[in-house]
Amino acid sequence: MLPIVLLSAFGIVNLFLGFLRSNRALLPFVLVVLALVFGLNLLDWNHAGSLPGLFDSPYVAQMLTVDNYSVAFSGIVLLTALVLLPFSRSYVAAGEPNLAEYYSLLLFSLVGAIMMVSYNHLIMLFVGIEILSISMYCLAGSDKRNVRSNEAALKYFLQGAFATGILLFGIALLYGATGTFQLNELAAGIAAPANASLQPMLYVGVLLMVIGIGFKISAAPFHFWTPDVYEGTPTFFTAFMSTVVKTAGFAAFLKLLAVALPGTSAVWRPTIVAMCVLTLLLGNVGAAVQSSAKRMLAYSSVSHAGYLLLGLVAGRGQLSGPAAQGIFFYSLAYSIATVAAFGVLKLVSEQRGREDYAGLAGLARTNPLLAFVMTVAMLSLGGIPLTGGFFGKFFIFAAVATQGYIWLVVFAVLMSMVGIYYYLRPVIAMYLRPAEPGTETPIVVDGFQSVTLVVLAVLTLVLGILPGFLSGLL
Amino acid sequence: MLTAFLVFFPLAAALLLHFAKGGAARALALGASLLEFAVALYAAGYYYASGRLGNPASGFDLNLNWIPSAGINFHLGVDGLSLCLILLTTALVPIILATAFRHEEYENPGAFYALVLFMQTGLLGVFTALDAFVFYFFWEVALIPIYFLAGAWSRHERRIQITFKFFLYTIIGSLFMLAGFVYLYLQTGPAAGSLAAHSSDLQAFYSLKLSASEQSWLFWLVFAAFAVKMPIFPFHTWQPDTYTESPAPATMLLSGIMLKMGIYGCLRWLLPVVPLGVSQWQQLVEVLAIIGIIYGAIIAIRQDDMKRLIAYSSLSHVGLMIAGVFSLKAIGLQGTVVQMLAHGVNVVGMFLVADAIERRTGTRSLAELGGLTRRTPLLSVCFLVMLLSTVALPLTGGFVGEFLLLAGVYEFNAWAGAIAGLTIIFSAVYLLRMYQRAMLGPDSAYSETITDLSGAELAMFAPLVVLVFWLGLFPGTFLHLAEPVTQSILTAVGR
Repeated sequence: MLPIVLLSAFGIVNLFLGFLRSNRALLPFVLVVLALVFGLNLLDWNHAGSLPGLFDSPYVAQMLTVDNYSVAFSGIVLLTALVLLPFSRSYVAAGEPNLAEYYSLLLFSLVGAIMMVSYNHLIMLFVGIEILSISMYCLAGSDKRNVRSNEAALKYFLQGAFATGILLFGIALLYGATGTFQLNELAAGIAAPANASLQPMLYVGVLLMVIGIGFKISAAPFHFWTPDVYEGTPTFFTAFMSTVVKTAGFAAFLKLLAVALPGTSAVWRPTIVAMCVLTLLLGNVGAAVQSSAKRMLAYSSVSHAGYLLLGLVAGRGQLSGPAAQGIFFYSLAYSIATVAAFGVLKLVSEQRGREDYAGLAGLARTNPLLAFVMTVAMLSLGGIPLTGGFFGKFFIFAAVATQGYIWLVVFAVLMSMVGIYYYLRPVIAMYLRPAEPGTETPIVVDGFQSVTLVVLAVLTLVLGILPGFLSGLL
Repeated sequence: MLTAFLVFFPLAAALLLHFAKGGAARALALGASLLEFAVALYAAGYYYASGRLGNPASGFDLNLNWIPSAGINFHLGVDGLSLCLILLTTALVPIILATAFRHEEYENPGAFYALVLFMQTGLLGVFTALDAFVFYFFWEVALIPIYFLAGAWSRHERRIQITFKFFLYTIIGSLFMLAGFVYLYLQTGPAAGSLAAHSSDLQAFYSLKLSASEQSWLFWLVFAAFAVKMPIFPFHTWQPDTYTESPAPATMLLSGIMLKMGIYGCLRWLLPVVPLGVSQWQQLVEVLAIIGIIYGAIIAIRQDDMKRLIAYSSLSHVGLMIAGVFSLKAIGLQGTVVQMLAHGVNVVGMFLVADAIERRTGTRSLAELGGLTRRTPLLSVCFLVMLLSTVALPLTGGFVGEFLLLAGVYEFNAWAGAIAGLTIIFSAVYLLRMYQRAMLGPDSAYSETITDLSGAELAMFAPLVVLVFWLGLFPGTFLHLAEPVTQSILTAVGR
């Protein structure tokens, strides 16, 4: 609970810091706030609600839950934001006038993300999604003078608003059928329906919610906004979008399906399986045919939504066990690798002015560190051993296989073979192709960003070599 | 502890290489690999002294909790079969590194040496893993460095396509193996419940009771990875290009050690795990292996490029080893073990010769070479020793290996043995042709200017020559080590 309060408060304080003439103080301030909140969040591990007396622990007015599940996923989103922030230094250097607003919106969006992972009440889910989404709509359009950024913001906003409407309608129908917004009461209401004639309403409500959240996590067939929005959005915010939004979305989704709706799994499980197959297919095939590295990462984030959906298939009425573990580990490995990939891509595209594979050519010679970190990130996203991404896939596949969906696992394995094809292309460009004329000069990376990149690579390797530390947390 | 040292010491040395430059990097890399070899020799002596041949010796067992929530242990161990391959790997890596030292033109040489040592960690991990996922882990760890070694230091204009094909082929094969392992892993322990109740230990896999139909498709899932790695016809299409266009040290790693991963994998992770599947597909694999023997040999006869010729010759010899493995006869398996070692030594020696000639003349084309022997007596002798061992002349390692292998295949089926026996005639044809075109024959532009082996190069050939004769004269050293293991494999297969 404390993270939500502090992030909101400091977000407002940060807005006032924007009145200062220099924006040099902003980045250190936000970093300190995030580090503080990250630490405070971890304090709640294993003893929910660290301030007894203040809140009726572990619930907050029965609307938010603080448990290991929410602490773990809040940890991922806070950590992601923390390691992503150093890459916003170019805004500081360029004297971006609205920087304080950007940072405040980021902090507010984290509030939304934390609400999404700790909700116990459907209204909180809705409010969380909206806080997160509205911040992201603004940030997608933050490059005001760029037409593509404007297009991205508009597209994202229209699609998002539409999805929100569907989600809200779903929540309303669910409420109509069961008379409650509380997750545990919902589950009880579905298990022992008071009025059998309301069952159709319940099922439609469940489907509408699945579709609404499917939009937010860019699951096919509701993914078509993703490539354009990701490409048009400034790279720094794309990285945020494809990690924090996705992690929070999946944590919320798993909670909804496993805690509130296990009784309707006959409706949602086939839906999720179908979405999963489509998402894996369209995401991977779409990524394979791209020539822009950024667009490839956009499609790849769709394909990762597919692997995470696979984890949802294995969810069985509890927030611990293989499915939750798999999704936790996968989200963590995916977030770290994605931040590293977008971080390198941002530096390259800013200084070389291009986002395609050819822009990465020769990077191993000019910037060995950037090339190495990018390679580790690509191997992790591709799910090759020695990196966290391998164990992420392994845990999810094993969890699904134990539920008897062998054919689905085989399909996912085939799709990850396609994935290896396109994740290898940046590596080939960096190590095997000579630099394009005019790009032989090394890319300038300041010490802070270098350290962050090294940390990200090391974290990915540690997750891949010693997964035992984190795999059994939930 | 000894096992952990063997596996992880090269990795530590590779990381240290980051801080060394020039001569210091060479000294560090070579010193580390020689120390590693010394430790392997010590381990072999210790193993002999312990008198527990065949059983994983207790002093070598390393079993740590790796992923407790999934019941996966970091389990390494050494038995006679592992020890043979550890000795091969640790003996060849210093020679491979020394070959890399000869190539002054490599950019960023420290990274090259580091990747070779990193690869050694992967290889030794594969040869000692006793848990399926540890095995798979090291299997892929060995792939990543060789991809960069083969691609980034190659100067061929098609290197990108060639290494890309190699990488995709091998990784797709190994993903099938992973799928097979996951299935096997889920069959262990109780059907429901958490993952922690399952186990991926080798012994747990051995004690599985699977139906014949399950084993039938599991065989292909697991075999896919090994078939691509070895490679067996028709999964070999990545091999000639990759061998030919990679830098010499990478080619040596690929052909000398890495393809043994596939054969070792069959012996340890395929035959005893899915015995019914093996007997079901035994004949098909034998046919493919024998096709590979003849096919590789016939193509080798027509080659002009020395490296490509050796690559096809390697394809042919690997076919015979696979035929020996799937003969499921004691003598065939024993022959496979000796031939794995002999082939590793021979093929590295042959590529070393090709590299020595290419560095001196700038070409590998037999049409452009000729009459080299007059100025290069030492090179000619080394070349001839390696060549005759590859042809399987008595007294050399190749003879012992091929003789036992052919005996095994003959026991399996007389016709198969007869056709496979053609390999000796064929290899005599294409190898002697190579020797004749390159070393003898009419003088070429290089026959007067070429220089003989230097002292350092002679020092690289010397251990290979010694090993060739050691394997030819005292094969018992290794047969003795491997016998209990091959016996227990055959017992598990039910032969």
